[in-house]
Amino acid sequence: MTKKKSQEKINLASVSDFPMMPMSLGTMHYNRTGSWRNIKPVIELEKCIRCGICWKFCPDVSILIQDEFPVVDYVYCKGCGICAEECPTKCITMVEEEK
Amino acid sequence: MSKEKTMRLTLPVEEYMGPGHLACQGCGATLAMRFVLKALGPKTALCFPACCWSVIDGPFPHSALEVSIFHCAFETAAASASGLKAGLEMTGDTETTVVAWAGDGGTFDIGIQALSGAAERNEDIIYVCYDNEAYMNTGIQRSSATPYGAWTTTTPVKHFKSRPKKDIDAILAAHRVPYQATASIAYPEDLVKKVKKAKDVRGTRFLHIYAPCPAGWKSRPEDTVKLARLVVQTGIFPLFEMEFGEKCALSIKVKDRKPVKDYIRLQGRFRHLTEEEIQHIQDDTDARWARLMKLCEA
Amino acid sequence: MKKVIMGNHALSWGAQLGRAQVIAAYPITPQTQVVELLSEMCANKTLDAKFIKVESEHSAMAALLGASIAGARTFTATSAHGLALMHELLHWAAIGRLPVVMGNINRAMAPGWSIWTDQNDSLSQRDTGWMQYYCGSNQEVLDTTLQAFKVSEALSLPSMIMLDAFALSHTYEVVDIPDQGEVDKYLPPFQPKLRLSSADPHAFGGLTSPEHYFELRYMQQKDMELAPALIEKTGQEYEKAFGRKLGLIDDYQCQDAEVLFVTSGTAGYTARVAVDELRREGVKAGNCRLRVFRPFPFAKVREVVGRAGRVAVVDRNMSFGHHGIFYQEVKSALYGHADGLPVFGYVAGLGGRDITPETFKDIARDALSRKKTATAEEIVWIGVKK
Repeated sequence: MTKKKSQEKINLASVSDFPMMPMSLGTMHYNRTGSWRNIKPVIELEKCIRCGICWKFCPDVSILIQDEFPVVDYVYCKGCGICAEECPTKCITMVEEEK
Repeated sequence: MSKEKTMRLTLPVEEYMGPGHLACQGCGATLAMRFVLKALGPKTALCFPACCWSVIDGPFPHSALEVSIFHCAFETAAASASGLKAGLEMTGDTETTVVAWAGDGGTFDIGIQALSGAAERNEDIIYVCYDNEAYMNTGIQRSSATPYGAWTTTTPVKHFKSRPKKDIDAILAAHRVPYQATASIAYPEDLVKKVKKAKDVRGTRFLHIYAPCPAGWKSRPEDTVKLARLVVQTGIFPLFEMEFGEKCALSIKVKDRKPVKDYIRLQGRFRHLTEEEIQHIQDDTDARWARLMKLCEA
Repeated sequence: MKKVIMGNHALSWGAQLGRAQVIAAYPITPQTQVVELLSEMCANKTLDAKFIKVESEHSAMAALLGASIAGARTFTATSAHGLALMHELLHWAAIGRLPVVMGNINRAMAPGWSIWTDQNDSLSQRDTGWMQYYCGSNQEVLDTTLQAFKVSEALSLPSMIMLDAFALSHTYEVVDIPDQGEVDKYLPPFQPKLRLSSADPHAFGGLTSPEHYFELRYMQQKDMELAPALIEKTGQEYEKAFGRKLGLIDDYQCQDAEVLFVTSGTAGYTARVAVDELRREGVKAGNCRLRVFRPFPFAKVREVVGRAGRVAVVDRNMSFGHHGIFYQEVKSALYGHADGLPVFGYVAGLGGRDITPETFKDIARDALSRKKTATAEEIVWIGVKK
C-alpha cells in the first residue's frame, strides 16, 4: 500500500524539483549515523539466549534479526550502549572504535 | 548454548521508523515513537508541534517515519489533530488514527489550552505526551513537567526547580476523557497493549509516556531504559489507566518500592541535592503513591 | 432567491453554498452571527460540515490547517483581536499553501475596547501572504466568498474577506442567494494539490534549511502574481453565471475625474453618493474602490487612478510612523507611471468614527485647493476634534 520512498539523499536542483510546501520525498537512510559513535556493541552469539531485548530497546532500529539472531547494523548504530546494558546474559560488550 | 529455537519477540515486528534519524544517543523519545507506531500500524497520521521530534524526523525533503506527519505550531498539537481528524472524516477516511504527538512543554505549558479544549469536546484523537521533563529541543529549559530538585538551564543549581511537577494526569482525569494511561519506555509490552486499547476507543485518549533524555538529565545514554524502569519501581511515575476520570487501574504492581535515591543518583541533573532535599522527594513520592493506591481501590 | 439578510449572514450563506466541509470558529463581536447561523445550518443539515467549537481563535486556525491538509474545504470568521491571535497561523496557512477562506469583520484594535470599524486589524496582516478582499455590500460578501474559494483553491493560497463592523456586518440588505446547483457548476469540489493521506504518507512542513526555504517563498510569490488575472477571470465567470461583476476594483465615474477618491469597504459606497452630489455641484469627482488589496492590483490602479486630475486616497487605518496603508501602496504603484499627478492621503473614520458623504466633500474641497502634491508623510486627518 505505501510506496517505497527513495533512500538516497535528495537533491533539489531547481524550483521545478520542489513541492510547493515542504513535503518529504525520501527516508533518512542516507544519513549514516554510525559515524557518530566512539564505542560499538559486539554480540557474543554463543551466549545469546535470543530473548529479543536488544532488538526491542534500540532507539536507532540498528539491531536487526537475521536467521533468528540479533545482528548489529553498524551503518547506523550510534553506540548508545542500551543493548549492552539491558542484555540479561551480558553477552554484548561495548568496545572502542578503531581509528 | 542458546535454549530457544527462535527469537522471542514480545512486540509486533513491523517497523514504521527507520534509522538515520537525528536523535541523540540513547534517546527515550525515539523508543516511545517506535513502540507506539508498532501498536498503531500504517493507518496513522501524526501532528508534531515544536518538540524534539520536529528535528529527530529529519530535514525536508526527508523523513524517518513511514507514516504521515503534519508539522504544526507549538501550541496547537491538540487543535491541529482535531482539525486533521475532521478533515479526514469529511473526505472519506474514517480509519486513519490521528495522533497529537507532543513533548511535555507542548502539553503541560503552551499546549494546555488546546489540549483542554479538545479533551472537553472529546475530540476523536489520541494525544501522546512524551515526557522528558523539560524543553529539551531548545536546550534544556524548565517546563512545568520538570520535577522538584532538577537542574535545567533556567533552574540553575543555586535556583533549582522548587515547584512540584504539574499533575497533568489529574488534569486530564478532570476532563473525564474516555481513556487515559501512563506508560514507560521500559515496559514496551504494557505500552503497546495500552496503545492498541486506545486505538479502539472513540473520543479523546491521553497517553503520558515517560521518555528519559540523557542529554538533558546528564545521565549515561546506556541508562535510558534503566531509568525508565526505576522511575516506575520507585513509585515516582506509577503506571496506571483511567476511564472517564475514574476506574483507576494500576498496570504494573510494585510491591516493595525502590528508594528514590536509586533513581536520582544516576542523573547529573540531581547531583547537587542534599540528603534533606532527597528526603523531600521520597516523602512526596510516598504521599502521591498512597493517594494513587486509594484511588485505585475505589 | 432574494432574502433580506445581514452582512454576517451573507458570509454564512457563502460558506453553505460553497459547501465548506470543516468549520472551526470562536465567537467575537461583531462576528457572532456568522457562526451562529453556520451552527444552525450544520444542525439542520443544510450544510454537511463538521463544526469544531474551538476554545480560541488560535485553535480555530490551527484546526483548519489540519483539516485543509487532509483535503477538506475550510472556512472560519473572526475580527480584530481574534484575527491578531491567529497571526502566527496566518503565516502557516499561506506558506503551507493551504486555501483556507475566512471572513474578517474589520474592527478597531484595543485598548480601549472598541467594537466599531477600522481596518488596522486586517491590514496588520497584509504581509502574511493571504489574499485580501474588501467588501462594500452584503451581496458582494456572499459573491466574494464563492469567488474566494475558487481562487484560493486554484492557487493554493488562503483568502480573507473583509466586512466593516456594524456598517456592513449588521446592516440588512437584499441579497440574491444563488441556486446551489448553479453554484456547484461555478465551484466544483476541492481538489488539493498536496494532501495528507495514509495511502501515500509524507511529512509536511519539516525542518527547512537555507538551502531550500528561498525557493518555497519564490514559488509562493509567483503563484500570488497569478492572482490578479485569476480574480478577473473568475469574476467574469461569476458575472456570466449570476449577473454580478467581481473584479479587482469597482470604478465609478472615473473616466474624467478632476478629483478621484480611492476607497475601500463601506466608505467606498458612501463615496459614490458624494461623487453624485459633487457632480451635481459641478465638480467632476470619481471613486475607485479597491475590492482587492492583496494581491495589489498594480495594473488596474495605474490604469484607472493614473489618469485622474488629482487623487485623494482615503484610509480607514494608519501605519504608525508612516501613513495610511492604501495611500502608501497606491502612491508606490503610481511611481514612474503618473509623475506629476498629485496624490493626497486622508485618514478618516478610525475606531468607527462615521464617514459620510460630507466627509468626502470636505476631502474633495481640500484636495482641489492644494497647490502641490503631498509628501509621503503628510497626513490629512479628517474629522479629528483638534
